[in-house]
Amino acid sequence: MTPLLEVADLRVCFPVRGAARGQARDVVAGIGYAIGEGRTLGVVGESGCGKSMTALALMGLVPPPGRSTGTLNFAGHDLNAQSPEAWRRTRGGQIAMIFQEPMTALNPVMPVGHQIAEVMVLHRGMSWPEGEQHAVGMLEAVGINSPAERARAYPHQLSGGMRQRAMIAMALAGEPRLLIADEPTTALDVTIQAQIVDLMRELQERIGMAIQFISHNLAVVSEIAHDIIVMYAGRIVEAAPAEQLFADPRHPYTRGLIATLPDFEHRLARLPVIPGVVASAEAGAGGCRFADRCALADAGCRAAEPPARELQPGHCVACFKAAP
Amino acid sequence: MTSYLGRRVLQSLLVLLVMSFVIYGLIGLMPGDPLDIMLASTPGLTPQAVARLRAIYGLDQPLVLRYWHWLIAALHGNLGYSRLHSVPVMAVLLPALWQTTKLMTASFVVSVAGAFGLGIVAARRPGGVADGLIGLLAFGGMSVPVFWLALMMILVFAVQLHWLPASGISTVGEGGLLDVLRHLVLPVVTLSLATMGGFIRYVRASMIETLRMDHVRTARAKGASERRVVLVHAFRNALIPVVTIMALSFGTLFNGALITETMYAQPGMGKMIYDAIQGNDFNLALSGLLFATMVTLLSNLVADLAYGWLDPRIALK
Amino acid sequence: MTPLVELQDISVRFEIGAGGLFGRARRTLAAAERVCLAVGEGETLALVGESGSGKSTLGNVVAGLQAPSAGSLRFRGRLLDAATWREARRAIQIVFQDPFGALDPRMPVSEIIVEPLRIQGSFSAAERAARAAALVEQVGLPKDALNRYPHEFSGGQRQRIAIARALSPRPALIVADEPLSALDVSIQSQVLNLMKELQERNGLAYLFISHDLAVVHHLVDRVAVLYLGRLVEVATREALFAHPQHPYTRALLDSVPRIGRRRPRGRTIGGEMPSPLAPPPGCVFHPRCPKAQARCRAEVPALDETGPGQRAACHFPG
Repeated sequence: MTPLLEVADLRVCFPVRGAARGQARDVVAGIGYAIGEGRTLGVVGESGCGKSMTALALMGLVPPPGRSTGTLNFAGHDLNAQSPEAWRRTRGGQIAMIFQEPMTALNPVMPVGHQIAEVMVLHRGMSWPEGEQHAVGMLEAVGINSPAERARAYPHQLSGGMRQRAMIAMALAGEPRLLIADEPTTALDVTIQAQIVDLMRELQERIGMAIQFISHNLAVVSEIAHDIIVMYAGRIVEAAPAEQLFADPRHPYTRGLIATLPDFEHRLARLPVIPGVVASAEAGAGGCRFADRCALADAGCRAAEPPARELQPGHCVACFKAAP
Repeated sequence: MTSYLGRRVLQSLLVLLVMSFVIYGLIGLMPGDPLDIMLASTPGLTPQAVARLRAIYGLDQPLVLRYWHWLIAALHGNLGYSRLHSVPVMAVLLPALWQTTKLMTASFVVSVAGAFGLGIVAARRPGGVADGLIGLLAFGGMSVPVFWLALMMILVFAVQLHWLPASGISTVGEGGLLDVLRHLVLPVVTLSLATMGGFIRYVRASMIETLRMDHVRTARAKGASERRVVLVHAFRNALIPVVTIMALSFGTLFNGALITETMYAQPGMGKMIYDAIQGNDFNLALSGLLFATMVTLLSNLVADLAYGWLDPRIALK
Repeated sequence: MTPLVELQDISVRFEIGAGGLFGRARRTLAAAERVCLAVGEGETLALVGESGSGKSTLGNVVAGLQAPSAGSLRFRGRLLDAATWREARRAIQIVFQDPFGALDPRMPVSEIIVEPLRIQGSFSAAERAARAAALVEQVGLPKDALNRYPHEFSGGQRQRIAIARALSPRPALIVADEPLSALDVSIQSQVLNLMKELQERNGLAYLFISHDLAVVHHLVDRVAVLYLGRLVEVATREALFAHPQHPYTRALLDSVPRIGRRRPRGRTIGGEMPSPLAPPPGCVFHPRCPKAQARCRAEVPALDETGPGQRAACHFPG
């Protein structure tokens, strides 16, 4: 079975200011992954690892002067090869996205119901009154009480949790096959975060869309993802089914990330640390980008970039030191 | 909302009252009173006669008392008599006010419409060719003095090309609507160009900032067309700060109108107030300045109302 | 033993609605309501709760940045008033969440760190320079950091600078207001270890404000849980995490995502924290509480002892 989305050699580069012509900085440096129909892929990484830029590339929204190259095979055709008009039909229709800050991601001067209706007018050929009517149903489906009243409300009149629910309703209004969620719970309190994660899992079971769930928080990702990719400085360093990744992490960065999280069961006097600072996309040019922070790194790691190797079925690691 | 409006109108009236006293007081401080002028033209008056006249005109009373009498009369709709024109103040004020309102409103509409069009085009690609040209126009409009611009307009369009009349409000003997409009073109263009520069820069800055906002990215992610993203999602948000500034500058437009009217020899408020002050016409100057104050207060109120209407987050209570 | 800092019935209320000539009706927002709490010498106490629970407000009260509307504050047993504030201000320092906004960009690190000493005025320039050099080393920054400016450092390093600054007047207590939440995951553990190390070396007490219960569990001795400005539970770490007594504490613990343990579905509490402008009557948590009964809607529960080292404000604890 072919997956719903298959990304191959995706690169997002930005020209370097003041540098020679043609020189560019790879924010995403040639990554590949796939998401199956109805599956959830967790994308984990720290700031600057390229996880958000990957999402924008999937939406065709890489901000200029950035450029996205590579193939994005979605439901049988390459998104990166399609016309701007086709992109417009894909966005919000086949692929929808929700963002971190539901307060700023919603238009502050438009009633929430109107914003949801817009998606249905744009993608499902509905009239505005039809759209507004359906929006109320959408709000109800994402668990908002008195949805008719809320549909008329402006974003600032809703609480943080309700806003993110409204965002989800808006994303689902176009009946997408893939939902990209970029840090959707990061701005929320922990009890609300739990509600939103539950809601997304429930909606996936009901509707069957695939989800690309981006987060810096491994624990949140562990609650929702079937498969996980770990990114560092524009590369995928490890990809595996979720349980496999947590049970047997192979890349030193993944191991470090998991180890540095405080554990409720085993309280340690000192937490293990990953030394150094988070690398930017330019780090370790030519070699492994994690080498500077890695205890195992040697001259070989700095000389060549480690290719991804499949150590076990579905478990790929880009590290010379990872034993089979 | 109604209570807000009522409160704001009340506030404005209070400010107007205070301003009327301030202006009255300042005019009272000017050297020379009406009698001094009379004395200059009639040198034979005895000091007793002068004193008697002062008592008749009430000029021997303290300033506060004189103000009080003026205020009571003004509240009854009697703004006094214009010394210069020898008619009631209202008879001079109203035509002048109408003339200036025409000029200011037309210029305001033209400059706001132009600023939105050009500002949005410039903001779409900051640093692009269109942005550069529009920036040049805006900068020019802001830095060229109004009187010089007016002179150049007259020189080019009236004197050289004979397209439009150079001055006045209508041609003697014609006076049809078209003729009146033809006379209005150059003043309106002059004042619009002078005002538009600043407006363009506000619209451009606000639009650039709005286009960077998260919700604009959301609108794109929904698959809205670029046209819809800019004109529906970004526009209204960009409007919020701009409208306030625009409505507020309606008051300062008055300054430009004064110069423009002078340059095109149009009998508006600017010329009227100037003449009234030069000619020691206290009643007329006072009423004229108070009307100018009123325009500013009104534009303030309109700015706040527009702000509340555009931004649902602002509750006008 | 007298506690280091003691809060007695501290309330912080804000008046909302500008008065003025044509004013409108004022409303009161209670950011903190009759909070009693103590921090011992060398102890780490966590303030936890969701946004709007009043935890930062209380931190600011302890750090002297926010005057309480009612209640009193004691420092080593002495009531803090205008006369005694000076000493307390030196002894209580604060570290903020945002390591970008909290440092003056035009000051070199050497000056930032000893600014509190300069303000006190009782140190010579040479003494200050020596202290700055020692502190830079203590917080694990390179020596040459002294002559550089904040923008040259990463977020984690800036937080180290902020911590060094807080340490410079040799405080007894550091209020740390979400010091990790702006940092990357791999940097958080570095700063967390540093905080522990500094505590052991200097005998510091921390008032650690955080929404991250895993970090709280790792770092602190006791935990105070706030909801809508009210203290709902205070307990030792062991007691609180092993057997939370207040339903809100339990809900918080249940909501924390953990690797390798699928959170039981349907266990999340619904709803959100109500507006502090209109707190519910009785127990403020009752609208979201699975155990709520008629009594909870009418009667404010007192913060009573439920076990050794554990107090909870609930009519039906456990």
